[in-house]
Amino acid sequence: MSAGAVNNVIEVRGVSKAFGGVQANTDISIDVPDGKITGLIGPNGSGKTTLFNSIVGYHPIDGGSIKFRGREISSLRVPDIARLGMLRTFQQTRIYSKMNCMDNMQISVSHRDSSTFSIFASRDTGEIVEEAERLLEFVGLYEKRFLISGDLSFGQQKLLEFAMALMNRPKVLLLDEPTAGINPTLINGLIDRLKRANEELGVTLLVIEHNMRVIMNLAEQISCLAHGELLATGSPDDLQNDPRVIDAYLGAH
Amino acid sequence: MKQSTALDLRVYAGLIAFGILGPILFPDYVQTIAVMWLMVLMAVTWDITGGQMGYNSLGNVCFFGIGMYASAIVQISQFTDVAAYTAAFGAIRVEFTDAQYFTGLFLGLIAGGIAAAVFALLIGPAMLGLRGPYFAIGTLGLAVAVGELVAGWGYVGGGGGISMPVYPGDAGAGAWMFYVLLAVLALGTHLVVRWLYSTQFGLAINAIRDDEDKADAMGIHANRYKTMAWAFAAFFMGIGGAIFGNMSGFIEPLEVAFPTATFGIFMVAMALLGGKGTLWGPVLGAILFHIVKEVTWTYLLGWQWVALGAIIIINIVYFQQGILGWAQDRWPAAFGLTVDRGGAARPAAGEAAE
Repeated sequence: MSAGAVNNVIEVRGVSKAFGGVQANTDISIDVPDGKITGLIGPNGSGKTTLFNSIVGYHPIDGGSIKFRGREISSLRVPDIARLGMLRTFQQTRIYSKMNCMDNMQISVSHRDSSTFSIFASRDTGEIVEEAERLLEFVGLYEKRFLISGDLSFGQQKLLEFAMALMNRPKVLLLDEPTAGINPTLINGLIDRLKRANEELGVTLLVIEHNMRVIMNLAEQISCLAHGELLATGSPDDLQNDPRVIDAYLGAH
Repeated sequence: MKQSTALDLRVYAGLIAFGILGPILFPDYVQTIAVMWLMVLMAVTWDITGGQMGYNSLGNVCFFGIGMYASAIVQISQFTDVAAYTAAFGAIRVEFTDAQYFTGLFLGLIAGGIAAAVFALLIGPAMLGLRGPYFAIGTLGLAVAVGELVAGWGYVGGGGGISMPVYPGDAGAGAWMFYVLLAVLALGTHLVVRWLYSTQFGLAINAIRDDEDKADAMGIHANRYKTMAWAFAAFFMGIGGAIFGNMSGFIEPLEVAFPTATFGIFMVAMALLGGKGTLWGPVLGAILFHIVKEVTWTYLLGWQWVALGAIIIINIVYFQQGILGWAQDRWPAAFGLTVDRGGAARPAAGEAAE
């Protein structure tokens, strides 16, 4: 890496993925700079979630390379990649719905260094409980901490899923439509929390988002996909004025 | 936490009191109550994977049989050749001294537990890759297959079975010893399981039950923990099989060691009846089920399977959560669950703090 270059925590190079006859991703290359917030936009069916799934090891890729902190990870599996410090949240929010919020948080601690026997430690160690309470406070769910998480509203479940991801202290967090289904007043709070997670906890974010106001506000660099191909990458302003992006996604106003 | 610990202690005290007084007050029923403890053991160990981890096994009875056969081999092989002993179909009578008998029994019980656990560790990674109904049917096939394989294995007497070493004292004392072994094993296993559920491991298998893909995505060693949970169940089930084999005096593959259609199904039915995924549900279910079973066997002979079938159907159709699961839904506060009484205003709590 040449001096002065931005340090990329994720480097995707020429990744392709087809499902049967459907070419979901074709020769896509994007970079996620360390410590920044990067956006991924594009119309429905443009291959954003497929790219996410490829990065976190959900399915093998047909070609190309994916590097996490300089290490090739395209052949690793989901839990191995998660333990390296790269987590994702799901578009259809996924939490452990029969457990209460605290239990959801406590089992979300990092498993990076866990040995086979450390799992037999008591679940009520003060450190973990404090951290869980602090993060639930951070997302505004402290009052709900002993409720069964499946009884929370959809928006609250999204916040819980975000808090669970932070509990894991990831290096990189991939968020798949974090504001979908959340009411407008809560969205501002969420944007603020994403920024604070990025600034205060040093978590690099890669965010798929359809809400243009959110992503333009949040990301320093955005890539736009369409029909499984990378259309453009640039700053929010560049993208908003890029005729190809306007044509394929934003629409002319 | 404190409250539930106090309640648990009271239930343990009640069970221990019953364990001691039951056979003293009803000496004719020592064997029957011993089998009740075995049922408790089966339901509690089944629930580790079935209730807490969401993997409904129909084949856990194979650990019971493997433990039984492992103990038989270890106990007999210490003092005579197993193949010759089984080939003689009981014609060889080995007179074990007291010391030989008890040493053999002790080693046999340990071997039973270890053999079953090792088997679970070996077969687990493959079997636990199956999910939902595929796991249930796969494990059922496993238990049937292991039973058939043992039935065809000449070294352990095949379908002809093995006569176990005979308890060296009088039969009444033997019945008491096996009673105590099963009662202590059942209660001890429950204590271990209770501890297990209080650890991070307990949370991990609950997480696997609720959403295994999410657990994977969070970096939980799901495959490793699934196999470990099954091996825990297998270990205690194996010891239980070893004790039951010695208690029966004669073991053979299909009816005693690998009874898929009775014990294999009973353990599932008992856990479901009491409430799967709860700490005490399997215990309650096992005790009730055993009482109903014994009563119908005594007073409704000929109809006993109909009665058990009716219980299972009512359970599945009307009380899927089981007795304790239903009670927990009804009176959540009594089970330490928090109910949201705050209405919908709370989501803005974080906003207000801004």
